[in-house]
Amino acid sequence: MSNRRPYVRSMDGWWKRDAYFMRYMAREVTALFVAAYAFVLLVGLVRLSQGEAAFNGWLQYLKTPQMLVFHLIALATFCYHTWSWFSIMPKTMPIMYVGGKRVQPGAITGAGIAASVVACLAVLLIAGGMHS
Amino acid sequence: MKRSNEPIFWSLFGAGGMLAALIGPALVFITGIAVPFGLFFSPDTMSYANMLAFSQHWAGKVFVLAVIALFLWHAAHRIGILLHDFGIHAIALVKVVVYGSALLGTVVAAYALLKIGS
Amino acid sequence: MADAEKIIEIRVLRYRSEQDKEPVPQSFKVPFTDDMSVLQGLQYIKDYLDGTLSFRWSCRMAICGSCGMMIDGKPKLSCKTFLREYYPEGLSVEALAHFPIERDLIVSVEDFVTKLERIKPYIIPKEPRTLEQGEYLQTPQQRDMYEQFSSCINCMLCYAACPQYGLNPDFTGPGILALLHRYNADSRDGGQSERLNSLGHTDEGFWGCTAVAYCSEVCPKGVDPANAINQNKMNSAINYFTRFVTQGEANK
Repeated sequence: MSNRRPYVRSMDGWWKRDAYFMRYMAREVTALFVAAYAFVLLVGLVRLSQGEAAFNGWLQYLKTPQMLVFHLIALATFCYHTWSWFSIMPKTMPIMYVGGKRVQPGAITGAGIAASVVACLAVLLIAGGMHS
Repeated sequence: MKRSNEPIFWSLFGAGGMLAALIGPALVFITGIAVPFGLFFSPDTMSYANMLAFSQHWAGKVFVLAVIALFLWHAAHRIGILLHDFGIHAIALVKVVVYGSALLGTVVAAYALLKIGS
Repeated sequence: MADAEKIIEIRVLRYRSEQDKEPVPQSFKVPFTDDMSVLQGLQYIKDYLDGTLSFRWSCRMAICGSCGMMIDGKPKLSCKTFLREYYPEGLSVEALAHFPIERDLIVSVEDFVTKLERIKPYIIPKEPRTLEQGEYLQTPQQRDMYEQFSSCINCMLCYAACPQYGLNPDFTGPGILALLHRYNADSRDGGQSERLNSLGHTDEGFWGCTAVAYCSEVCPKGVDPANAINQNKMNSAINYFTRFVTQGEANK
C-alpha cells in the first residue's frame, strides 16, 4: 500500500514572490497604457470624421488635467516599454557572428534603443514641420 | 499535437510592439503633452484642418491605421497573457474578448478613415 | 581547532505524507565554516540532527543536476550555493517550485522525464549512414549553433523558475525545449520537421512561452533556454504562414 501523497503547491500570487517576476509583470502591464493611448487616438479619429466641432471637442478634452496626467504616465510607460522590448529582443534572435565574434545581447539592445531615439527624433522633426 | 494559431496574434503583437517601441514615446509626447499645451510645438499642429489634410492623404491613412490598429493588437495579445498570468483560466473567452476588441477598434478606425475620404 | 563556531539557522519545509497534511517548516541550527555548501548543511542535519530529512544529491559538484531546490525562494543547486552567503540571517530551503512534493525536498519528476523522451533527444540522421562514410565533419561555427544548449544537466531549476510551467503543466517547459532546439540546430540532424510538427509549433511547445526569461537567469550551466525557445518563434510564425505555399519542401 503506497503512502505517496504528492503535495501540489498553489500558484496564487506567484508574481509577488520574486523581483524578477515583478519586473516581468511591469513589462506586461505596459500593454494597458498602449491600449488606452490607442483608444484616445481612436476617439480622436472618430471625432475627426464627425466634423470640426466634434474634433475641437476632443482637442479641448486633451487639455484637461486628467488627460495631462494620463499622458505623463503613458509617456513613462511607453519609455519603459521601449526599454523592456529591446531588453528581451536578444532572446528572440538566433546566435549570430559579426567579424568572427559572437554578437552580444547588449549590442542588440543598444542598437534597438538607438533606433528608437532616431525614430522618435524623426517623428518630432516631422511633426514640428506640420504647423499651419 | 495540434499546431498553434498563436503566430497570427504573435505577429501582430510583434509589429505593434516594435512600432510602439520605436515611435511610441514621441507620439505620446506630441499628441498628449506638447501640442495640447503648446510646448515646443504650436497648438495648431493638430488643428482640424491639419489633421483632416493628414488623414485624407493615403500615407496619412496608412500611418494612422497602423498606429491605432497595431497598438490595439499588441495590447490585446499582452493583456490576454496578463489575464492568464493572473490566474484567469477561461482562455477561449478571454481571447474572444481581447482580440474581438482589437478587431472592433481596427474596423472603427478603418471606417472613420474611409468616411474622411480624400 | 578551537575557534568559536558560527551557527546558521536553516529553515526547511518538511513534508511527510504519512504524518503531515501539508508542508510544515522546521528550523535547524547548523554549525558551519565558510567553505560549506547548503548541501553540506543538509547533510549535517541528516547526519546529526534529524535522520529523517530527505533530499536528493549525488556529485556535489554541479554536474549531475540532482540537488536543485528553492533556497531563500530562488531555484538553486544546493551543492553550488554556500551557507556563508546567508549568514547571519539564516536561510529557508524548500522543494523545487512547480513540482509536486513527494517528501521534504524531493519532488516528483515524472512529468519532466516523460516530456524528455517525447522530443526525441538524439541525432536523427538526414539519411542512412554507413561506418565507411566515416565521422560527421562540423565546423566550429556549426558547433556553436547548438553547443551551449547541449550543456543542460536536467536539474530542472528552469522549471522552478518558469511561471508558465507552474500555471500550466502541459507546457513542455524551458529545459526540454532547449534540448529540442539543441538537436534541431545540430548540422548532423535531420529530424527538425518531426520535432517541430509534433511539438515545437504547438501551444505546448514554443508558443507556451511568454518570454519571462527567468529560466535563463537561474540556469547553472548557461544554457539560456529562453533564447533556445524564442529564437524559434520567428521561424515558426513564418512557417505557419508559408507552409501551404512550400508544400513540396515540407514533404522532403
